[in-house]
Amino acid sequence: MKPQQLLTGDLHLWEIFLVSRLPRLLAILCTGVGMSVAGLIMQQLCSNKFVSPTTGATISSAQFGILLALLFMPASTLWSRAIFAFITAILGTWIFVWFIQRIQFKDMVMVPLVGIMFGNVIGGVTNYLAYKYEMTQALSSWLVGHFSLVLKGRYEIVWLTIPLVILAFVFANHFNIVGLGKDFSKNLGVPYNLVLFAGLTIAAMITASVVVVVGSISYIGLIVPNVVAMYKGDKIKGTLVDTALFGAIFVLICDMIGRIVILPYELPIELIVGILGSLIFIALLFYRLKYGRKSIRLGSTGTNSCATMPNLKGGEQI
Amino acid sequence: MMKIQELTKQYDGKTVVDGVTFTIPKGKVISLIGPNGAGKSTVMGMISRLIAHDSGLVHFEGKDIGKWKSKELSKRLAILTQSNNIQMKLTVRELVTFGRFPYSGNRITSEDESIINQAIAYMELEEFQDRFIDELSGGQRQRALIAMVIAQDTEYVLLDEPTNNLDIYHATNMMKTVRRLCDELGKTVILVLHEINYAAFYSDYICAFKDGKIAKFGTVEEVITKENLSEIYQVDFEILTIAGKPLSIYY
Repeated sequence: MKPQQLLTGDLHLWEIFLVSRLPRLLAILCTGVGMSVAGLIMQQLCSNKFVSPTTGATISSAQFGILLALLFMPASTLWSRAIFAFITAILGTWIFVWFIQRIQFKDMVMVPLVGIMFGNVIGGVTNYLAYKYEMTQALSSWLVGHFSLVLKGRYEIVWLTIPLVILAFVFANHFNIVGLGKDFSKNLGVPYNLVLFAGLTIAAMITASVVVVVGSISYIGLIVPNVVAMYKGDKIKGTLVDTALFGAIFVLICDMIGRIVILPYELPIELIVGILGSLIFIALLFYRLKYGRKSIRLGSTGTNSCATMPNLKGGEQI
Repeated sequence: MMKIQELTKQYDGKTVVDGVTFTIPKGKVISLIGPNGAGKSTVMGMISRLIAHDSGLVHFEGKDIGKWKSKELSKRLAILTQSNNIQMKLTVRELVTFGRFPYSGNRITSEDESIINQAIAYMELEEFQDRFIDELSGGQRQRALIAMVIAQDTEYVLLDEPTNNLDIYHATNMMKTVRRLCDELGKTVILVLHEINYAAFYSDYICAFKDGKIAKFGTVEEVITKENLSEIYQVDFEILTIAGKPLSIYY
C-alpha cells in the first residue's frame, strides 16, 4: 500500500489504513514514548541508572496480572485484563522499591540485580501457573512483545500512556527533587514518600498499558533515558521531551527492521529491540568505563561546549 | 527564636539524645561540637524536622516544629546534611533553582530568576553555573549547595558538618562564608562541626555535647576553656588566644 493510493479514494484501502496501519503506528509511538518515560521516572526516583520497568519487576508483574485475569475471568475483555495488569504492576513495583529502600545497597549494580531476580521469581510463578492451567499458548502473546495483533478496537488502552506522560511532565520537578534524596526533599518541603510512590504508580501504569496491548518490551526504558541523559543531563523538565521522542523513533526503527528482515513475514519487536538494545547497552557500559560520568556536550549549549572540549580530547589520548 | 526543651531520642532502646534544653539566639552563628556519638547530628536532625523526636519540644517561631506545614517551614529553615551526595547530572543553576521550589513550585518568576542570579553571584559560581554538579570538585559542589540555600532565602540555615571532606583552603573558605551568611545576610546559622578551632574562631555561641546531653552551652569564651574541653573530649588541651579568639591545641 502506497500513500498515493489512499488519495484515489479506494474505500478498501482506507479501511486497511484506519483499521490496521494507523493503529499500528500509534501503538508504536505510544509504546516508545511510554516505555522510555516510565524508565526515566523510575531511574530518577530510585536515583539509579540501571532501574527500569524490566529491571524493576514492573513488566513481569503486569504479565502476572494478565495471567490472573485469564485464569479467573476466561471471558475477560481487554479492559478487565488491563485493570488486573495495572494493579499487579503497581504492587510489584512498590514492593521492589520498598525492598531496595529497606536494604540500602552499597553497590549501585545490586539494585537492578535484585530487581531482575524479583522479576524472574514472579515470571517463574506466572509460567508455573500457565503450564498448570494450560495457558502457555494464550500467555505467549504477552511474553514476547509484538505489534502484529494491533488492530482498531483492541489497542486503545495504549493511549493511556499519553495523559500519564503529561502527568509525569507536570510533576517532573517533584521527581527530580525526590531523586536527590529524602533529606533534600524534606528540606524543600516536598513529601518524599508520597511523590516516590505516586511517581512509581505512574511508571507502572504506563508500563502495564503497554504490556497489555503489545506485550513485554525490554531495554527501551533502560537505554533511552541513559542515552538522552548523556547529552542533556538529568533535569527531567529538560529531558522528558527528548526522551519521549527518542523512544518513539527507536521503536519505530526497530519495527521497520523487524518487518524488512524476513519479508514478507515479520519478526517480533521484542527480538529486534533486544538485539539493538543490548548492543547499545554494552556500548554505554564501555563509555562509562572509559570516560566515567563525563557527559557528551553538543554545540547547542553555546559557550560551554568550548569549556568541555579539552576534557573530551584529553580522554581520547588515554 | 528557636527553643528546645527536654529533647529526647532513642534508637533501639539506647538513648542517644537525653533531655537537651537550650535556646538558639537569633542572628548568630551557633556551633554544635562534641565527640563522635555525642548526639549532635541527631539534635540537628530533630530541630530541622528531618528526624522525629521521641519526647520534648522544638518551639520554632511561635509554633511547635511538628505543627508547621513542611512547605511553610522550608521558607523559614533550610538544612544541608552530609547525605547530599549528588550523583545527578544537574547543572549548578538547576540545583540553585530548586531553592526557589518552596515559593514558586514549577513556575519560576522573573523575581525568582534575579534571586537565583544573586545567589550564584554571592557564591562566585557564575563561571560554573552551566557545569554539571557531578563534574565539580568537592569545594565547588559545597558552594553550589550553599547557593541553593541562599536562594531558598530562609532565616535559619542548618549545616551538618559543612567542612567534611574539604581541604584546609576550602574548609576555611566555607567557614568564612558561614560568617558572611550571618553578618551580611542576617541569617541564624547552626552548624555541626568536628573542628573545634573552626567553631571557636567563626561562631558566636558553642553548644558542646557529651553522651547525649549538653555539657556546656554559652559564648565561645565561656565554652572553650582548658577544663571544659578536657572533660568533654578526655584529651589534654592547651588554650592559646590568637586574634582575640581562644584556639585550642590538643595532643
